[in-house]
Amino acid sequence: MTQLQVTDSANLGNTAETNTGGDWRKYFGFSTDHKVIGIQYLVTTFVFYLIGGALAAAVRTELATPDSDFVSRELYNSFFTIHATIMIFLWIVPAGTGGFGNYLIPLMIGAKDMAFPKLNAVAFWMIPPGGILLLSSFFVGAAGSGWTSYPPLSLINGQAGEFIWILSVLLLGTSSILGAVNFLVTLLKMRLPGMGLHQMPLFCWAMLSVSALVLVSTPVLAGALILLSFDLVAGTAFFNPTGGGDPVVYQHMFWFYSHPAVYIMILPMFGMISDILPVHARKPIFGYRAIAYSSLAISFLGLIVWAHHMFTSGTPAWLRMFFMIATMVIAIPTGIKVFSWLATIWGGKLDLNSAMLFGMGFVSMFVIGGLSGIMLASVPVDIHVHDTYFVVAHLHYVLFGGSVFGLYAGLYHWFPKMTGRMVNETWGRIHFALTLIGFNLCFLPMHKLGLEGMPRRVAEYDPKFAGLNLMATVGAYILAVSTIPFVINAVWSWMYGPKASANPWKALTLEWMTSSPPPVENFHEEPILWTGPYDYGIDFEEEGEEKSVEELLAEVKVDVG
Amino acid sequence: MSSSPNTRIHVDESPIDLERLRQKLPDWLKRFLPSGGGSHEDHHGKGMFGVTIFLLSESIVFLSFFFSYIVLRLTTPKWLPPGVSGPIPSTFVVINTIILLSSSVVIQLAERALSRHHLNKFRLLWLMTALMGTYFLIGQGIEWKNLDFGLRTGLVGATFYILTGFHGLHVFSGVILQVIMLVRSLLPNNYNNGHFGVSATTLFWHFVDVIWVILFSLLYIW
Repeated sequence: MTQLQVTDSANLGNTAETNTGGDWRKYFGFSTDHKVIGIQYLVTTFVFYLIGGALAAAVRTELATPDSDFVSRELYNSFFTIHATIMIFLWIVPAGTGGFGNYLIPLMIGAKDMAFPKLNAVAFWMIPPGGILLLSSFFVGAAGSGWTSYPPLSLINGQAGEFIWILSVLLLGTSSILGAVNFLVTLLKMRLPGMGLHQMPLFCWAMLSVSALVLVSTPVLAGALILLSFDLVAGTAFFNPTGGGDPVVYQHMFWFYSHPAVYIMILPMFGMISDILPVHARKPIFGYRAIAYSSLAISFLGLIVWAHHMFTSGTPAWLRMFFMIATMVIAIPTGIKVFSWLATIWGGKLDLNSAMLFGMGFVSMFVIGGLSGIMLASVPVDIHVHDTYFVVAHLHYVLFGGSVFGLYAGLYHWFPKMTGRMVNETWGRIHFALTLIGFNLCFLPMHKLGLEGMPRRVAEYDPKFAGLNLMATVGAYILAVSTIPFVINAVWSWMYGPKASANPWKALTLEWMTSSPPPVENFHEEPILWTGPYDYGIDFEEEGEEKSVEELLAEVKVDVG
Repeated sequence: MSSSPNTRIHVDESPIDLERLRQKLPDWLKRFLPSGGGSHEDHHGKGMFGVTIFLLSESIVFLSFFFSYIVLRLTTPKWLPPGVSGPIPSTFVVINTIILLSSSVVIQLAERALSRHHLNKFRLLWLMTALMGTYFLIGQGIEWKNLDFGLRTGLVGATFYILTGFHGLHVFSGVILQVIMLVRSLLPNNYNNGHFGVSATTLFWHFVDVIWVILFSLLYIW
């Protein structure tokens, strides 16, 4: 895109037109455009989300009655194992980092593309084979030892399925590492001239923290899985106690990745929420630096708390104390974020559209998950509820009520930018209501089930738990149904929705300074950084009425020119 | 009580310091992580930055292996099964190590020759590095063959073969990269506009050497 083409505003309109029509085939090929890759990530991972959701529905159907009467117990084990693996490695991680990270980072920092476009495409094209590989393991008996794959259970529980599981996770982990290298270099080296780190939108700060975390922690999972695969296939005994190995070493290595992984799954959503709330509340973000630095603090603290998953693995008492305190300290940066978000929307002119509803839903649901997280961090409570449904309730409040609500908020917020069309708000709100009701109906009862002692990962249970389990199953079905209005709304709006302007939300971050959807290489002309990312509602009092961004931009151009 | 004036001065100063620190921090970060300059140099800078980050991440895979090796070795009551002597630093292994380590110097000289546009000198030194790497790999293979323990000989065998094997895989990738760069140098004018691939391979080769030093101390000397 040369500068000359751009100054012609008619040309701008035309480009937008051709982009909206677009060649849909590019989404099925090896494209190096970060926007195409971002959408490839989002659509692919959403398909896996639906598959993982179907597995969850099967699990809940089994648990609707106390007896094991729906599928065989082995298949049940595989169902919850593959459900978790898909949701983590094929939905939340790649959608949050790969999907939104790829789509938004270059646009937000005013770059033409990612630092390494080809590497970016390679990273994406590891996702579909990884997912298909994982699903294909059902033909040989899929892995059934939980997504944690603790040895020695994972070594005796169906070799072929377990091996495929390891290969698939290694592939997805490699994709994640390559993505993180790309994000880090892009964020640090390719910002618009004049954009310091402190002029970046908060999503970029979150991605900075996430990328560092991915690069430090994911290799350790790779190390653990390589050793596990040798135990499984070559007959070594790293983790096999019968050969002199130590299964607890695996647990340390596994959680050294998998605890940071929960921050890899939530930090991008923290960033997105920090960008969504100010726009729809028409207020500047409260505590920009506090939110930015707390992301870094979370990713650092996230690296030194892994053994709180192992309080019942014979961890010595002094070590438990350290990990308990370190875990509780994480509540501080997280609390800083939550209070900053509340202060941001406090007294704002809230526009309760679907993006904002999911954003506020995210904050509320995540806080519930955060509170049960503090309970679990405390050693005495954890020993009591370890491996019960209380843990299941907690992790779903942070991963579904947190991450998935955040992803939905992001999808609604950036849908006009990505597709050039507006979504139908009524159906968006119906989607939100169904999701909120189904989610709470499904996971709130699990707190009580866990406190009463119902163990997780079982196909049959004491009949006294039947009532609450039935309630949870109904909730799960409502959740399943809730995706229908979303899918129909998204597909219909993408094809026939009303055309979106360049900046339908009157937002100030750079991705809204170009047409919807943006052209190849993003900007028709080099964007000008004329305002902070969150300067909403500033100095508009005397003007009487809010000026449109285009008018403001025109003024600035006059000044600059 | 006598210290109270000091305390007051300190209190007076501290907000100023904080303010300065806050103003300094972005600049400091910027200097530490500079944004690129011209377009070509920019590409090179981005590339090397990316490779460095990737190698840091890669080193953590090795760290996780080292960690498990150390923990397993410290907690296993009988590390060596009866009749097994474990890896010994024989002359053969030491020579192999010296060859690998000195190849790091040779590759550095090769890269310097290329930046000075001495193409033939570069090719010669570069080929020498590749040959030294190959020698190391063959030597490693011979050592594997002559050892009195296998992959399944307790934890000593498992950790030894995993660590040296994973490192050997990296040496092998390094040699492959070197061959590719050598072939590329035969294309006319290929390295006239910078040589990112050569710099990246050089960095990778140093990385492989550093890993070997740690590995050698852990496996053979400890």
